[in-house]
Amino acid sequence: MEWLNAVVQGTLLGGLYALFAAGLSLIFGIMRLVNIAHGDLIVLGAYLGLVVTTSTGLHPLLALAFVVPAMALIGYALQRGLLNQTLGDDLLPPLLVTFGLSVILQNGLLEVFTADPQKISAGALETASISAGGLSLGILPVLTFAIAIAVIWGLQWTFYHTALGRAFRAVSDNQDIAQLMGLNRRHIFGLAMALALGVTAIAGVLLGIRTSFDPSIGSGRLIFGFEAVIIGGLGNLWGTLVGGVILGVAQTIGAKFDPGWQILAGHVAFLVILAIRPNGLFPRVSA
Amino acid sequence: MTSLLTLDGLCKAYGAVKVADELSYDVTTGDALGVIGPNGAGKTSMFNLITGTVSPDSGTVTFAGQNVTGWSAAKRSHFGIARSFQVPQPFSNMTVFENAMVAATQSAGLYGREAEALCLDVLEKTELLSKANTPAGGLTLLGRKRLELTRALCAKPKLLLLDEIAGGLTEGECQSLVQTIKDIHASGVTIIWIEHVVHALLAVVDRLIVIDFGRKIAEGEPKAIMESPEVKEIYLGIEADA
Ligand SMILES: Nc1ncnc2c1ncn2[C@@H]1O[C@H](COP(=O)(O)OP(=O)(O)OP(=O)(O)O)[C@@H](O)[C@H]1O
Ligand SMILES: [Mg+2]
Repeated sequence: MEWLNAVVQGTLLGGLYALFAAGLSLIFGIMRLVNIAHGDLIVLGAYLGLVVTTSTGLHPLLALAFVVPAMALIGYALQRGLLNQTLGDDLLPPLLVTFGLSVILQNGLLEVFTADPQKISAGALETASISAGGLSLGILPVLTFAIAIAVIWGLQWTFYHTALGRAFRAVSDNQDIAQLMGLNRRHIFGLAMALALGVTAIAGVLLGIRTSFDPSIGSGRLIFGFEAVIIGGLGNLWGTLVGGVILGVAQTIGAKFDPGWQILAGHVAFLVILAIRPNGLFPRVSA
Repeated sequence: MTSLLTLDGLCKAYGAVKVADELSYDVTTGDALGVIGPNGAGKTSMFNLITGTVSPDSGTVTFAGQNVTGWSAAKRSHFGIARSFQVPQPFSNMTVFENAMVAATQSAGLYGREAEALCLDVLEKTELLSKANTPAGGLTLLGRKRLELTRALCAKPKLLLLDEIAGGLTEGECQSLVQTIKDIHASGVTIIWIEHVVHALLAVVDRLIVIDFGRKIAEGEPKAIMESPEVKEIYLGIEADA
């Protein structure tokens, strides 16, 4: 039973990791941009959630109605104002620029919010649980997992059933031809980053309710996000969810052996899968 | 009849290679203009200059009364210029229908049902309707060429640029494609067609220009141009190459 519990808790945790990863996957899939600042943007989302809840007294889930559009706007502006200029045949400039952005974000947050750990308070939601089949499931982890499924379903639907989604796929397939079909690449990339940071906002707020955070934790979230994307296979969002779940389960099982092994077990699972299937479990983009 | 496209003194060089050299001509609405010239003469480059993927060193492109020389390719496409590529370049991870929809929704700016209706209509004309749901990457050469044409038509162009669309096809395939293009022209679309397969070209165009080293060396009635000595000389060169 204890083991089953670990697997179930890990699976639910995987939903959060999938939310960390979805934005990364989207951005890489559409514009081949590896966003090193992604983890810090998650943390920024958490701080925005904190500011909105403490200043308005709104429940954090309602605060998402402000945090998501705010992050989306930041994403659009960031892409058009900065990141578009770094894109080209060379992969290095966007890596360096997003690394710089990561440092700036961390220090900016440190300046404004100090290094004190913070937490978004969500009242009863934090501790509420239901029991099912002898297991006690926290409402928050269950809700997080459900949101992850809904977000990934929504992204998939957007990709395959809307004009915007076709535009994303066309630009990702062949930028030059897409321009000739009337697509403004810079604008499309801006919209993609807006969408990615909208998802990141959700991830950040859920993270902030779940655990305490401070400006320095971004890089850890970035790694979890990367691992989930790569385990699942590039370009496959459902694969990313599976990747998140594998990572989550490995961590909770690792923690069962020894609490100190939690993070390590996740990385080991990642390395093992990478060794067996270098392109991830369900690759869609051929390398 | 008004002038739809005017090139005036276009020049473009890559290092020492001149791909456009004082290139000037005029295309009237409803025209079908043929373009011939040896390999590397600058024909495809001329299309790049017209569509805006490459900007000229000097000279102007005027389209539908507007100087579009400084415009982006995307803006020109909204304004009614569409092209097909010599080497077909479909969005290969998308279906044939989705390829068409990108042009219909983005370039022609249509929405929902209207866009879908246009795509279905064009796919029928270009005989790709039965392949609508196959991934574009899996099409045969003829299929890819037809998809090039489909996408260009779904952009609802005023001006259609065709780059060697008949090249590499069998005689039968070529003839059915020629018929499709004739129908498109008859429906009122202005066409500029670059082609090495001369008999296909002559079945459609009513004027011909010859380009060599980026310069326009002859222009006029197709039969007369093909008979002229300098064209014969260049043309025999091409036939020998091919
Ligand atoms: N981006 C570029 N950079 C450098 N040289 C180029 C570039 N594009 C074209 N060229 C050169 O310009 C010349 C003209 O090329 P272009 O493709 O316009 O010829 P073309 O008339 O279409 O030939 P073909 O009949 O073989 O298609 C060629 O020598 C080509 O190598
Ligand atoms: Mg060419």
